[in-house]
Amino acid sequence: MRFGVIVFPGSNCDSDCYHALRDVMGQDVRYVWHKESDISDVDCIVLPGGFSYGDYLRCGAIARFSPVMQSVQDFAERGKPIIGICNGFQILTEAGLLPGALIRNRGLKFICQPQYIRVEHNRSMFTNMCQDGQVLNVPIAHGEGNYVADEATLERLEANGQVIFRYCDAQGECTNEANPNGSMDNIAGIVNEAGNVLGMMPHPERVCDPILGGTDGRLIFGSIVEWVERRIANAK
Amino acid sequence: MPSKQRWDEVGLTENEYRMIIDILGREPNDLELNLYGVMWSEHCGYKHSRAMLKMFPTSGPRILQGPGENAGIVDIGDGLAVCMKVESHNHPSALEPYQGAATGMGGIIRDIFTMGSRPVALLDSLKFGPLDNPRSRYLMDGVVSGIAGYGNCIGIPTVAGEVGFDPCYTGNPLVNAMCVGLIRHDEIQRGAAAGVGNSVMIVGHTTGRDGMGGASFASVEITAESEERRSAVQVGDPFMEKLLLEACLELFKTGCVVGIQDMGAAGIISSTCETAARAGTGIELDVALVPKRETGMTPTEVMISESQERMLVIVEKGREQEVYDIFDKWGLHAVVIGHVTDDGMLRVLDNGVKVGEVPAKSLAEAPVYRPSYEKPAYIDELAAFNPLALPLPDDMNDVLLKLLASPDICSKRWVYRQYDYMVRTDTAVPPGSDAAVVRIKGTHKAIALTIDSNGRYSYLDPYKGGAIAVAEAARNIVCSGALPIAITDCLNFGTPEKPDIYWQFRESILGMAEACRALNTPVISGNVSFYNETDRGAIYPTPTVGMAGVMEDVKHITTQAFKKDGDAIVLLGETKEELGASQFLNIIYGMQKGKVPDINLEKESSVQKAALKAIQEGIISSAHDCSDGGLAIALAESCISGGKGAYVNLKFDIRTDALLFGESQSRILISLKPEYLDKLFVICESFGVPCQVIGTVCGDRLNVDVNGNKVVQLPIEEMKDKWEGTIPAYMNGR
Repeated sequence: MRFGVIVFPGSNCDSDCYHALRDVMGQDVRYVWHKESDISDVDCIVLPGGFSYGDYLRCGAIARFSPVMQSVQDFAERGKPIIGICNGFQILTEAGLLPGALIRNRGLKFICQPQYIRVEHNRSMFTNMCQDGQVLNVPIAHGEGNYVADEATLERLEANGQVIFRYCDAQGECTNEANPNGSMDNIAGIVNEAGNVLGMMPHPERVCDPILGGTDGRLIFGSIVEWVERRIANAK
Repeated sequence: MPSKQRWDEVGLTENEYRMIIDILGREPNDLELNLYGVMWSEHCGYKHSRAMLKMFPTSGPRILQGPGENAGIVDIGDGLAVCMKVESHNHPSALEPYQGAATGMGGIIRDIFTMGSRPVALLDSLKFGPLDNPRSRYLMDGVVSGIAGYGNCIGIPTVAGEVGFDPCYTGNPLVNAMCVGLIRHDEIQRGAAAGVGNSVMIVGHTTGRDGMGGASFASVEITAESEERRSAVQVGDPFMEKLLLEACLELFKTGCVVGIQDMGAAGIISSTCETAARAGTGIELDVALVPKRETGMTPTEVMISESQERMLVIVEKGREQEVYDIFDKWGLHAVVIGHVTDDGMLRVLDNGVKVGEVPAKSLAEAPVYRPSYEKPAYIDELAAFNPLALPLPDDMNDVLLKLLASPDICSKRWVYRQYDYMVRTDTAVPPGSDAAVVRIKGTHKAIALTIDSNGRYSYLDPYKGGAIAVAEAARNIVCSGALPIAITDCLNFGTPEKPDIYWQFRESILGMAEACRALNTPVISGNVSFYNETDRGAIYPTPTVGMAGVMEDVKHITTQAFKKDGDAIVLLGETKEELGASQFLNIIYGMQKGKVPDINLEKESSVQKAALKAIQEGIISSAHDCSDGGLAIALAESCISGGKGAYVNLKFDIRTDALLFGESQSRILISLKPEYLDKLFVICESFGVPCQVIGTVCGDRLNVDVNGNKVVQLPIEEMKDKWEGTIPAYMNGR
């Protein structure tokens, strides 16, 4: 399989994702410049973190109009996996591929720190290598990661099992103290209704290489590889 | 003779005005006079510092580029090198903390990628007034947000730094920003306008009226009227700089770039005259061709504007299209504004009409002054104070907790958690240990980085203060497992025309230079910031040292945190009865006096060599420099960061407060498995380094006995709460 890492002007975790996938996970991966429209050669799209277009206006608000985003929309509709990390999550909500929005952190400050998140269930193409309720250590680094949505949307997310990750403490308790940014219901990552588009604020690419203090990010990328390869095998 | 105002208005002296007439053989017109005004400002011209800066050692087998370029470069083997520089943005930050600090980062980052190097890390040294002053909190909040806003957006991790507080910085905070890049030897770019006929291009952002005269503004003291010069502060656009960075690094690969120079202070004028002066050429340019963001700008305004995110690029004649293509891809301007000439003149045209013409070299070579200096009376007076005449405190637990909670010593997590210190996924040791460690992908190597200063020491004894700043930085690098290889410095001082200030400056440099020679860490780049004075006087002389070290193998990475119960705790170096100038006196007694601890650079070097050897042999679990707050604070920090307690039994014949909190230099606190002790003794003996087993890592408390008496008994949690609580309480409590 092959990953495609989209590069918007102002993306800055693009090379981190590329490195984690290629050099640590041993996967085939290529950069996708934001003006490209043909992404048919890739099996999973990564929207990396950063400050696309400087995050001027609103985070992700300009990137969603990039030429490549039309292809990403089609990619999503065909059920292929898309993972938006941090700014990538913001772009996915701006593009309407995921519900809700990400607003300024509760404390109004940028926060960079190691972070525990709880895997809500492993019935997802992004968590099939995890255990239900497993606590992962995946760092955050954002100023606008405070997830909000209206009540009906939140209910729908819960009912459909679309909440994939929640901020928690080391014991897996989703307390207010363990919530770094004020996100509703401690939400750290969600998928769309079809389950193939994931947006998450924590950075799995920062915990793939053990020298950086952890390897929990491999479980997430590894789950995608597992799912795609199984699908390719089934198709044969 | 013209009225006095002419030279006054551009910040020059009558004598300097006469020199200009001599150079030109005529009176300068207004534009020309303005060019000299900016280029001969202290900020650009280093008039009062250049002679003294020659005292620094600046060469060595590893040095690929010393001072004089946009940044220095030092070899780290295998064809790789580290590019680094530190620069001040004190004056702008005093007025407009967010933009002042943000553009400080922007400027220093440009200095690094101008050399052809990919920036991989940022560091900062910040000094403010006491936190109980709302203005200090406002400045700190703005400066930290500004650094975060710029660094996080451009995607360069801020991996280390220091934050200090003292009343002397209340009206004049220090914001020293350092950037570090990686580069292959064959990729180095230089700032020379070589090759007659080659095109001179301006690339990046448009030019506007922001930051007019910033260089001159930075060359005077901060007064009540400074507020009116807020327009001298530039405005940063990190997104634009991210694009500029990527476009420039892509451009270098084409090989069409002859020379490149960042447009920092004094914008077009400094970049053109400096590149021409380096190459011994001239430049003719037309201001009408410069892309502008506002109308009606005069030629002078275009020349001295300090609009950010711009670069001057000298391109091989005929290859301009390659530049257009790359900059177009990134959505940036790239315009030919002139060409390189052979007559050595900087010629400024406006729509083809000559509006100014001066020798480029004369702008780039400001007059050199050797001001008079005199030892201030306070030095001997304050050094005469004997802290041993003070009574011994009866509760050392209380003293230790007070020191841990003091703004200088306490945890700076509130600050660094606002910085993305992980982006680029190379930060192997994040902020909070002695030095940050940044690994180099695709190799086993890493670099260690730190930035250090001690204004209080330098105020009381600038020579020792300068030497200690270098020695402490090197000790931090060694504790992280790396070999110190070079420094970059930022010299923050008051007004150089004052003999006592110049004496401080001179002594500091001499002290630093001696330490650089002894520790084999030449100065490869730097910056001088004078006029750090308000109506309440000068700041403490504050030389800031940014240092890089090289680690051949990441398996040598070492941190300050205690790792394992049962490890032996060992103190390397000699502990003397030295309480003068200490944080103990400062925090407990509110006294900043006494004798600064002695520094013997030979012994310093030996201690560092022994510690590094032991680390490289793989026998060390943790290493931590004993500095601010002495042995007790070093122990507490190793306990807190490791979440492990310690039992320490000290037998010394010096006073308990001096033993626990004295700041004797050249000491390193290490922990290791007891079975490695014999190996350690052998190493220490071979370097002649005193080495004493003082305790064991164990439990969840720090217990320290001195000569059989229990003097410290504190749970780790209690120390941690004190250590972590101070800054959030001030900053979030508002």
